[in-house]
Amino acid sequence: MTAVRCIDLCKTYRQGDQDIKALDHVDLEVEHSGFVCLSAPSGGGKTTLLNAIGGLDIPDSGEVWVAGQRIDQLSKGELAAIRLTQIGFVFQAYNLIPVLTAQENVEFVMQVQGVAAADRRSKSQAILEEVGLKGLEDRRPAEMSGGQQQRVAVARAIVSRPALVLADEPTANLDSKTSDELMELFVELNNHHDTTFVIATHDQRVMAYAKRLIKMLDGRIVEDIEQRAA
Amino acid sequence: MHYVQIIFTLAWRNLWRNHRRTIIMLAAISVGAWAMIFMTSLMRGMVNEMLRDGIRALPGHVQVHHPDYRDDPSVGNLVSLTSAEIDATLAGAGIERFTARIRVPAIISSERESRGVTLIGADPLREKSVAAVGSEIVEGRNLDGPDDGGVVLGRKLAEKLETQVGKRIVLMSQDPDNEVADRGYRVVGLFEANLAAHEEAFVFAGRETVQKMLRIDDRVSEVAVAGDDYRVVDALLAEVRVLMGKDDEVLPWTELDEYLGTMLGVMDGFVLVWVVVIFLALSFGLVNTLVMAVFERVREIGLMLALGMRPSSILGQIIVESVLLLVLGLIIGNLLAFASIIPLKDGIDISIVAEGMEMFGASSILYPEIEKSDVILANIVVLVLGFIASLSPAWQASRYEPVEAITKV
Repeated sequence: MTAVRCIDLCKTYRQGDQDIKALDHVDLEVEHSGFVCLSAPSGGGKTTLLNAIGGLDIPDSGEVWVAGQRIDQLSKGELAAIRLTQIGFVFQAYNLIPVLTAQENVEFVMQVQGVAAADRRSKSQAILEEVGLKGLEDRRPAEMSGGQQQRVAVARAIVSRPALVLADEPTANLDSKTSDELMELFVELNNHHDTTFVIATHDQRVMAYAKRLIKMLDGRIVEDIEQRAA
Repeated sequence: MHYVQIIFTLAWRNLWRNHRRTIIMLAAISVGAWAMIFMTSLMRGMVNEMLRDGIRALPGHVQVHHPDYRDDPSVGNLVSLTSAEIDATLAGAGIERFTARIRVPAIISSERESRGVTLIGADPLREKSVAAVGSEIVEGRNLDGPDDGGVVLGRKLAEKLETQVGKRIVLMSQDPDNEVADRGYRVVGLFEANLAAHEEAFVFAGRETVQKMLRIDDRVSEVAVAGDDYRVVDALLAEVRVLMGKDDEVLPWTELDEYLGTMLGVMDGFVLVWVVVIFLALSFGLVNTLVMAVFERVREIGLMLALGMRPSSILGQIIVESVLLLVLGLIIGNLLAFASIIPLKDGIDISIVAEGMEMFGASSILYPEIEKSDVILANIVVLVLGFIASLSPAWQASRYEPVEAITKV
């Protein structure tokens, strides 16, 4: 079953007098429970591709399908609903809402989804324990380390069991030990919950965890490698 | 419902994120609300006092006259019913506060001075139920009844005439045949009024004594009727019109004294303008606060949109934040206003500017009055205009593209 399908995606940005091709006829298919790393130098198009898959950015042309639904032609409200129910996001930084505690951050998506309070509470506590943050439920982001914050973000991304998790440079602000812990958590979630992961990174250690490594350059996919994950 | 909870949680916590800015803005709204209510209560107190004084300075809430009396207030234009018939008609209909009086121009002469005055031939007991002027006796006594042969003068008039209680004066007017009608009276009392002009203008004598002097039998020139509330006179007006028949003119105080009637409308307009002007000054601070709050949270707003929150919820969040700020400020401002008005309920002595105030009919003691409608108006204006003022920053926040907002530096 296909979790993500991109067909002939193109996206051009205007920068000063120059047109930058962020996506140049990209075709991509990710199977359900896949673990894919998008690797590219800065400006290579990996974040643009991730944003297009996540419905955060609309391509100039081409098609984007997520969980069997074409999303590139949906309205803002419909895209918001897709993101809410089908996709979990982990961003590089500013991942959490500062005025909410760790548990409230995890509950945020469920609350917007309309999940009952008791159900939210039990699920968020369970997932925080799963990502190793038991006891830190009432801390606000400013009271947690970068690694702990990213774990909360991961917990939020997966707590409502989305079919797809998109992570953009999730380890960029973390030390190597915390990065490894986070990636092991991703692998575990991928193995145990069949969650599909698409991770944009230029961190070699992160790439080593992926089952499939897609290299991009100047908005094009230049290599697509099946690999044995670390 | 689930959206409402998260919107309120986020709005409330974001409000206290930059607590210094919030406290400053709260202080501004509170002072603004206080100023709206406090100043309005002072103005309302002053105007209401002027209105009440004006109404109790003989008009009552509704008056009955001969149709030509207002153009020619002479003894030739008398009410069609006699005072006995008027008493029977109005009292029989359950109206308690009314008085039938003679009110004619006259000349009063002491042994030293003469002055033009308005002579009121009154039944003192009935008069007291409608009008205040003449009832505050500061020297001597009030009239005993409609057949009392004495007169009561204002203290200022007595000073001008260089007369006093116990001395005699002469009142001179015209009878219906345009013959001079005069009579000597003994000054039995002096009254004080809120306005010096009233003390100089009115002379009170017993109604029957004046009727005899003017040779008008049991006729009167004016019937004044008072209801419970000077603002609500329509029902009373209709009832008196029915009771008095079509031969006489029955008018409300707002038409009898257009200056007073206009003042009521002007005051209501003034309150609205005052409240809106203060709010406009406040709105700059409010909008600035919200714009800053939104600007500081661009990435977070982008994050919430990226996670699937609807733009309308972002809009709601900013508006709720603004409304919470306004409600808090209004609560504090209202409490401050009540706390500063209640200790002043015994009045503020403004006798230092009494003469200037008297020029437009105000007394020298200012009694602040909180009117429910003014308080509601001030609060509604702040809330509604505050809501409108917050729409622009809230709309901007809800229009962010998540991908641009998240990467905003």
